[in-house]
Amino acid sequence: MIRAGTFIVVLTIAAALAGPMLSPYDPSAQELARRLEPPSFQHPFGLDELGRDILARILSGARISLLVGLAVVGVSSLTGMALGSIAGYFGGKLDDVISRVTDVLMAFPGILLAIALVAVLGPSLTNVVLALSVIGWVGYARLVRGQALRAREFEFVQAARALGAGSSRIVLRHVLPTALPSVVVQATLGMAGAIIAEASLSFLGLGVQPPTPSWGTMLDAGRSHLFDAPHLTIFPGLAIALLVLGFNFLGDGLRDRVDPKLVK
Amino acid sequence: MLRYLARRLLLTIPVLLGVATLVFALIHLVPGDPAQSMLGDTASPADVQRLRENLGLNDPLLVQYGKFMSGIARGDLGTSFRYGTPVTQEIRSRLLRTLQLAVAAMAVAILFAIPLGIIAAVYRGTAIDHSAMTLALAGISMPNFWLGPLLAILFAVILGWLPVAGTGSPLHLVLPAATLGAALSAILARMTRASLLEELRELYVLSARARGVSRVRAVLRHAFRNSLIPIVTIIGLQFGAVLTGTIITETIFAWPGVGRLLIQAINFRDYPLVQGCILFISFTYVMVNLLTDLTYGWLDPRIRFE
Repeated sequence: MIRAGTFIVVLTIAAALAGPMLSPYDPSAQELARRLEPPSFQHPFGLDELGRDILARILSGARISLLVGLAVVGVSSLTGMALGSIAGYFGGKLDDVISRVTDVLMAFPGILLAIALVAVLGPSLTNVVLALSVIGWVGYARLVRGQALRAREFEFVQAARALGAGSSRIVLRHVLPTALPSVVVQATLGMAGAIIAEASLSFLGLGVQPPTPSWGTMLDAGRSHLFDAPHLTIFPGLAIALLVLGFNFLGDGLRDRVDPKLVK
Repeated sequence: MLRYLARRLLLTIPVLLGVATLVFALIHLVPGDPAQSMLGDTASPADVQRLRENLGLNDPLLVQYGKFMSGIARGDLGTSFRYGTPVTQEIRSRLLRTLQLAVAAMAVAILFAIPLGIIAAVYRGTAIDHSAMTLALAGISMPNFWLGPLLAILFAVILGWLPVAGTGSPLHLVLPAATLGAALSAILARMTRASLLEELRELYVLSARARGVSRVRAVLRHAFRNSLIPIVTIIGLQFGAVLTGTIITETIFAWPGVGRLLIQAINFRDYPLVQGCILFISFTYVMVNLLTDLTYGWLDPRIRFE
């Protein structure tokens, strides 16, 4: 599972980076006379409603999807780890406040809050990352809080405290490393979630705005051409499903490694 | 059980208050003046002022918050800017459609996932198991905004068996329900497999087999019945996810429910309606989760005494 996931993810990253070499066409260049042309040798994925090369746009969209995924996972995991370790290690009032905020945010359906935030802040790539991070950190905070609660009772943590180590050193050097394997699993699965969420928002017209190529906006454009040009829908969706499947494979495989009880 | 019920209800109150506060805060996150944003740049200052007055935006923030909360308590979510009607009326008129879709999607998911999960567990480690679980993982990875159009291309465009979008006959419900139910069935199949595998290891299953009970009967009548608690919980918890999934599915298939109403309200910058729809969906989500917890507590007494 890990191998299959790694293969798909590495292949997508390589394709996103080598985009111009794989398709010589400019993703924004229009050829209106040839709009909606089906796949051909010259354009393997065909042309879209404005005569743009779909393969070039998918490769360019891969960069957006990966960028959003990395940004959301980066911001969410760092925020979640910081707040989760503070709540778990220090406990008391701080834990109460952080836990109540996570309770409310977890009670809120994630994508709905993201839709709401982007709806009021306005559709843009930055706002998508912001909205997805606002809901994304909660899972990491819960996970790290639980690990920190356990870790603070470990003998090596108590020994560090007895030797006079400061709280921040104990959290950074001793408590957080115990949570890292689980955080990595969550982050891998989080990449899949962030990619789908970005594409969903863009599909609804709330994410990346045209003419920037995004897999979600490409699918949205394909909706009007289901009858006459289904290739507009098939290829961008395939790209999303494949990349998300890759991250899910990788996350599932890593989880099995991290928690051997699951593969018993 | 009564103490457990009271404790869970009490715990839900701050969550509902938090959700309502978040929804209240939304309109104040609008960059610039929400009234100007709703009316557009060409609106006259007098019109903007009138709308600010109507929305209560000229009141101090605490007064606005108080009015918002008391409105919720009375079931008054304000007036839609686009339709000029109470928000609750707009939601009520579309509620049945959303419920129809959500229930149909759950039914599709349960009918497909439970047999798949049982087969995967019984044939654990074989090609059947791997194929079933890969299919399930593919179901989770396949976004519904892709699956929906794909099903429409196959069943409506190529085969011509089903209508592409809209309402009017039970056939109109098939594609949206299958689209919405696919991800849930993938999760449910994985859960059924995992839960059943746990039970199949138990001694009572072995002893049933030793007493001469057939394999099918041992799996279905003994192990599967006991593996139902986590499955029922997941079904309940996922109902909330299905509810939010209706937003995209209704948009794809032009299904006139609350989810589509929300997206239309966003496009028209009808903020009171946006707030109302979000509040309604999230309150329903919280209440469904509460009901699931209560059912879980009722099914498994250990939960009540924790």
